Amino acid sequence: MKQSITLGRVTKFMGLGIFSTLKDLFTGKLEKEDFKNFIRKTIVPLASILLFIGIWHIGAKALYNKEADFKIQKALSDQGQAAADAMEACIASGDVSCKPNTLPSPAQVWDSYKSLLRDHNIIAADKAAFKEKTAVLNEKRIADGLDPITYTGRPSFVDQIFRSLKTVFAGFLLALLIAVPLGIFIGLSPTLKSSFNWFIQIFKPVSPVVWYLLVFMIVKTLLIDSNEDSSFTISFISVGLCSMWATLVNTAMGVSSVDKDYINVAKVLKLGPFQKIFKVVLPSSLPLIFTGLKITLSVAWMVLIAIELLAQSPGLGLFVWEEFQNGANDSNAKIIVAMFVIGIIGFLLDRLMLTIQNWVSFDKTEAI
Amino acid sequence: MAYLELNNIYKNYGQGDSETEVLSNINLSIEEGEFVAIVGFTGSGKTTLVNLINGLIEPTKGEVLFKGKPVSGTSHERGVIFQNYSLLPWLTVEQNVLMAVKEAFPKREKAVWKRKAHYYIEMVGLTPAINKLPKELSGGMRQRVAVARALSMKPDMIIMDEPLGALDALTRGTLQDQILNIWEKDKRTALLITNDVDEGIYMADRIIPLRPGPNATLGPEFKIDIDRPRDKTELNDNENFKQTRNAIIEYLMDIGEERKAKATEEILLPELTPIDFVK
Ligand SMILES: Nc1ncnc2c1ncn2[C@@H]1O[C@H](COP(=O)(O)OP(=O)(O)OP(=O)(O)O)[C@@H](O)[C@H]1O
Ligand SMILES: [Mg+2]
Repeated sequence: MKQSITLGRVTKFMGLGIFSTLKDLFTGKLEKEDFKNFIRKTIVPLASILLFIGIWHIGAKALYNKEADFKIQKALSDQGQAAADAMEACIASGDVSCKPNTLPSPAQVWDSYKSLLRDHNIIAADKAAFKEKTAVLNEKRIADGLDPITYTGRPSFVDQIFRSLKTVFAGFLLALLIAVPLGIFIGLSPTLKSSFNWFIQIFKPVSPVVWYLLVFMIVKTLLIDSNEDSSFTISFISVGLCSMWATLVNTAMGVSSVDKDYINVAKVLKLGPFQKIFKVVLPSSLPLIFTGLKITLSVAWMVLIAIELLAQSPGLGLFVWEEFQNGANDSNAKIIVAMFVIGIIGFLLDRLMLTIQNWVSFDKTEAI
Repeated sequence: MAYLELNNIYKNYGQGDSETEVLSNINLSIEEGEFVAIVGFTGSGKTTLVNLINGLIEPTKGEVLFKGKPVSGTSHERGVIFQNYSLLPWLTVEQNVLMAVKEAFPKREKAVWKRKAHYYIEMVGLTPAINKLPKELSGGMRQRVAVARALSMKPDMIIMDEPLGALDALTRGTLQDQILNIWEKDKRTALLITNDVDEGIYMADRIIPLRPGPNATLGPEFKIDIDRPRDKTELNDNENFKQTRNAIIEYLMDIGEERKAKATEEILLPELTPIDFVK
């Protein structure tokens, strides 16, 4: 019982109220009066999802037919009736060589999703086996002062997700460590504010691609004599620099617009500069800082894909790029799977930030 | 030499064309141990006067002397109860008071801080709400936290800007007595801003009206020669109380009338003849 309560609370908190409503439905707890609510909260979203999938299915089918017709027509005009018939048969058989390459249908995407999972399980098993096999050897190597042998096989889709998350969190952390302190300094001093303003205004709109190139130029030289792979370093720094601006601007704004009453309290109590910052200025600007951090995290996740792709750093971005390049039978479907995964993770990250924000900040409108 | 002295104070707000003189030629001197009340209409510049004394703002002209020295900036010697409570919304009642105690007695132990804070919270009757955030309190409770916070710093002079405005009559009475107790016991000096003449007479040695602004200036002072401790119920039958009260209210009504007259003078009514529908 207790567990179900906490679950309900957590899901509600995370903005996933639909789950608790569904749970209530199955556990028979739903009251008559809740019916309207139930329709609004559960039926309508479910219906919209079904509608979306339906439109997608029809659209994909239409695109498929258009592409198939075009292929058959082309064969007919280029090589005559026989070739056209052969092409039609080939397309009907679903052979890779002549399959129309277009938007995959929902069913194909679902299949790809399952095959990616299967692939992951195989790789995970492979990894475990490898670890077991090399355990003894590695122990010896470590004892001898040698580097242990590591698994160098292909990463699975799930591995890619975790690498992307790692990159995005490293970038986010970098953004936080730069933007929050800098924002505080800028917010506290009007002189710094005016001297930094041009800097912020100019760099804020710069595209992720350009940031990547800039970081690439610098990091490449800095790491010139290490033979380690710098793609991770480059991509997380680029992500951090790209996404930190919202936090910087919001922190500076929050710090410079602290309620005059609170400043008066700080003055009357004669708080020292540190006390004033940590006990009055920062707490009162936390809501704005968190709004900034939330934007930063979603921007970081958004630009990550492009940057990974450029940096050839392992992760979802690279996954999408490689699938696009290799053009296998189900590449397009895999790209769509990645798209959904990216979207869902982005949504969850946003919710996570919102949850943290609700925890740490007081309600400014209610409090005096 | 007076404990607190205001000499020819002028305070202007704004710049250029929009500059207005809120306070003009304010002269006030308060002796050590005295309890002075200032009554005035809303918007006349009472808070401005308070902020000049506690050091949050500087006068445009004139000087504020505290213990013979010019006031520059705030000081723990002058405790303030702000009109709008100014509690920090992210701190609980206890933390709000503790913060002040720690600043006022930086060298004490943690347990001492806590004890002091709890003592004043108990005094204003907020022990049950000690772990609540300001937003969970009523307006009156917030005001009492502000009172506890200011008193907990043990200031030599306590400056109160309409500190009991949001309280019901009963709580108001208790807090008035508590403030008086502390003032008497520790021989503090007190300045009370209020809009309630009865409160002023009950608590203060002198009442000084602040004339309506702009260019607000202090009116003639009214001495309250009633022995302490004063009894609220007996006060109503006290001849002295009645006389003083009537005199002050009469004075305030007079300046109120003046203000009204001034205001109507400035408004030119358009010359319109009402249409007569009933022919
Ligand atoms: N920072 C400021 N800048 C400009 N004008 C101000 C400022 N503070 C106060 N004023 C003006 O000065 C006048 C007096 O304000 P003040 O707050 O001192 O009045 P008050 O007597 O305390 O009023 P109340 O009884 O409503 O608290 C008002 O007309 C107000 O608009
Ligand atoms: Mg005021």
